[in-house]
Amino acid sequence: MSGKTVTARYAARRGKNVAATGLALAATAFGLGWLVLILGALLWEGFSGLSVAVFTQMTPPPGSSGGLLNPIFGSLVLTIIAVVIGTPIGILAGTYMAEYGRYDRLSSVVRFINDILLSAPSIVVGLFIYEIMVAPLGHFSGWAGGVALSVLVIPVVVRTTEDMLTMVPNALREAAASIGLPRSMSIRRICYRAARAGMVTGVLLAVARISGETAPLLFTSLNNQFWSTDLNEPVSSLPVVIFQFALSPYKDWQSLAWTGALIITLAVLTLSIAARTLLPSTKQS
Amino acid sequence: MQPAGNDPMADVALSGRLTLPAQALARTRALDRLRLGDVVFRHLTRAAAVGVLLLLSGVIISLIDGSIPAFRAFGFEFLVDQRWNPVTQIFGALPAIYGTIVTSFIAMLIAVPVGLMIAFFLTELCPQWARRPIGIAIELLAGIPSIIYGIWGLFMFAPFLQRTLQPFLIDTFGDIPFLGTLFAGPPYGIGILTSGLILAIMVLPFVTAITRDVFDAVPGVLKEAAYGIGCTTWEVVRYVVLPFTRVGVIGGIMLSLGRALGETMAVTFVIGNAHRISASILAPGTTISASIANEFTEAVGDLYTSSLIELGLILFVITFIVLAIARYLLMRIERRIG
Repeated sequence: MSGKTVTARYAARRGKNVAATGLALAATAFGLGWLVLILGALLWEGFSGLSVAVFTQMTPPPGSSGGLLNPIFGSLVLTIIAVVIGTPIGILAGTYMAEYGRYDRLSSVVRFINDILLSAPSIVVGLFIYEIMVAPLGHFSGWAGGVALSVLVIPVVVRTTEDMLTMVPNALREAAASIGLPRSMSIRRICYRAARAGMVTGVLLAVARISGETAPLLFTSLNNQFWSTDLNEPVSSLPVVIFQFALSPYKDWQSLAWTGALIITLAVLTLSIAARTLLPSTKQS
Repeated sequence: MQPAGNDPMADVALSGRLTLPAQALARTRALDRLRLGDVVFRHLTRAAAVGVLLLLSGVIISLIDGSIPAFRAFGFEFLVDQRWNPVTQIFGALPAIYGTIVTSFIAMLIAVPVGLMIAFFLTELCPQWARRPIGIAIELLAGIPSIIYGIWGLFMFAPFLQRTLQPFLIDTFGDIPFLGTLFAGPPYGIGILTSGLILAIMVLPFVTAITRDVFDAVPGVLKEAAYGIGCTTWEVVRYVVLPFTRVGVIGGIMLSLGRALGETMAVTFVIGNAHRISASILAPGTTISASIANEFTEAVGDLYTSSLIELGLILFVITFIVLAIARYLLMRIERRIG
């Protein structure tokens, strides 16, 4: 092999490397570019419609001004229902998988199914709750919406609870057993305490996940143009209002949709950043 | 000295001796209570774990139950029928299935190479100080709710495509025999292509995050050995990192595909909701999830509702299979890396 072809081949390899490196750089810029574009559009369109009225007035009929008070309230209520139902079930199931049955068959099956539920299409959850709650009871209701969201909370909480409890060192469990602490008490008083930050993170992530969910609410809690605190009635929620208003031909409604989108995004980003700052402290301890 | 009868210690000793059986009794009672609490708590957690399984079976059973009327009326014909007519009460799932698969395919076509390249950048090229912030930014992109992508797609992205990319595609490929039909028709802005592109932006963070994690798990020794014999960075990634992580990367891609298939809101805004199969990807179409989201509350009659539920069942079965394969592959690589 002559020296010339070796240099040529080396140059070709280097050229390929430079090209690949350039492409990687371009891909990253491309990916981050979308984040900038979307957030930019949201801030621009959302802030121009932001005012005190948004938080103090009800959703308006077409063509007049108003606010988003009832959907904001509705979203908060639905989220609270979902967390109150979903968190205990999720924590208990996660506890079984990490503490009692870490290596048994049930746990590995539940782990597999839970991971699938974690990314299952949320619109199917809406259909499920429609079938078991809305259709038998004969009416859309806030309860149905809350339960639908809780189905989305459970897998997130199960996953983080199991992960966090698995990270608790066994020495702690042994120490608890050695002073005669019953198993259930050592789990609740020792392991939960050691894993608390991580478990709270899981709930925060779950709230972030459901606060923008629209699909499961479309035919469970439906929508309500008026102020309602009766959970047996349809309840208004931010994502559904955004969906309805954005697709409407009215300028006022579209502008409110952007403002609602901004509120949701800020809430979700705040929650995910809060969850992130909580997490490292558990890894150190 | 005090008289013995007034000695407080003696009192305690005496009373202690007298109540000893009672104390023992209380002690056994307390122990029983603790044991009972233990058993109850254990069974409670077990019940919750079983509850997660019941949740999944509940979803499947309720969907099957809901789609019985449609299945009775159309049978397996439902899967291949192109008609979707609420007036004549004839429903077929093919256009929705077609739209779901084509939009997801477009999304993966773009998101997979771009996501892999970003993961390459983050694990091999990026300076250490920038890794965490860029990684977080990509993950934030994953956290943005899909309805935000929808409203942005409707008001910003679709009009932009209508002015730029779509006329360009029509002008460039319009006269070429095969490609021409793919890009035929007026630039609507909304349609199959737009939905695919929005989905690509949505699943990009998933692809990136998972591939970055599996790339990170490659043992340093392997890469060092490759660098040691004079490989370039690209060659290390192409011939060492990628083969080593292939299973995990495929798992990540399948997981993202599962997301794309089931994604509802981002697509519903920009797909145009037309139950027909067009050769052109610029034309409006529909997906399974978009049909359900658009029509379910307005569906009149049992057959219409039931057909939409059967669509949901089909979607669930497809995504379940894709996600199950994804999890299986990811579990395999996790076990290998340890």
